[in-house]
Amino acid sequence: MQSTARLDRIFAALADPTRRAILARLAGGERSVMELAEPFDMSQPAISKHLKVLERAGLISGGRDRQRRPRKIEPKPLAQATKWLERYRKLWEGNYQRLDALLEELKEKE
Amino acid sequence: MSTLKVTTPSDREIALTREFNAPRQLVWDAHTKPELVKKWLLGPPGWSMPVCKIDLRVGGTYRFEWRNDADGTTMAMGGTYKEVKPIERIVQTEKFDDPWYEGEAVSTFTLREQGIKTILTTTVRYASKAVRDSVIKSGMTTGVEQSFDRLEKELLS
Repeated sequence: MQSTARLDRIFAALADPTRRAILARLAGGERSVMELAEPFDMSQPAISKHLKVLERAGLISGGRDRQRRPRKIEPKPLAQATKWLERYRKLWEGNYQRLDALLEELKEKE
Repeated sequence: MSTLKVTTPSDREIALTREFNAPRQLVWDAHTKPELVKKWLLGPPGWSMPVCKIDLRVGGTYRFEWRNDADGTTMAMGGTYKEVKPIERIVQTEKFDDPWYEGEAVSTFTLREQGIKTILTTTVRYASKAVRDSVIKSGMTTGVEQSFDRLEKELLS
C-alpha cells in the first residue's frame, strides 16, 4: 500500500514539465546527469535538483555504475500514480459516453 | 471513438480534453440546458440528478444535486458564473455542499470547433496542490467513497 504522503510527492514531481521530460528520456534507458542535462538549457546543478525531487518521489534511482551514477526509471510508483489518474479519467469518460449518445439524438432531431 | 485526456498542467490544476462528434452549438446546449445536463452528468452507475438549476449569466449561479437511487445518499455542488461567452467559454466557481477538500475551485470550460467536430477542454484550478491531489485520488469531483468502491469493483471485475 502506498501512503498519501508518497503519492503527494509523486504528483508534485510530475507537475513540472522538465521533470516529465527527464522521465521520458529515462524511459529510453539509464542516463548520467550530464546526458540528461544535454537537451535542456539548464546547468547540471539545476538538473540535479530536479533529479533529487524525482528520487525522493521514488520515480527514479541511481543506477549500478557508481562512477557515472546514471539514473534509471522506477516503473512501479509511476504506474501507481497513473492508476489514480486513470480512475478519474474512467469516471468522466462514463459521463462523456452518455453525452455522445445524447448528442447523436440531438443531431437526429435537427 | 474519441478518448478523454486527463492531464495536470500545473500543480494546482486538472485538465480534461475530449473531442465530440457534434457541432459546437449542440455540445454547448448539452452543458447549459438543465433538461439536457440531467441526462448525462451523473457520475458512477446508480446515480441520478434530480436537481439542475442554471442561471447562465455573469454573476448568475448554478446548482447540481445528485442522488444515489439505491441508498438515498445525496450530494450537491454549485457556484457562480464569472465569464460567459456563448458557445465558446464559461468560467465558474465550484464548491460542494459537503466538501471533502478545502476552498473553492475555479473551472474554465472551452469549446473549440475543428471541422465538424468540437473539442472540449475543462481546466479546474483548486485552492492548493494538496487539494488538487486529493481530488485526483478520490477519482472524481464527487466524494462518495462508497459509490466509488462500487465503481472500482465493476472496473476490476
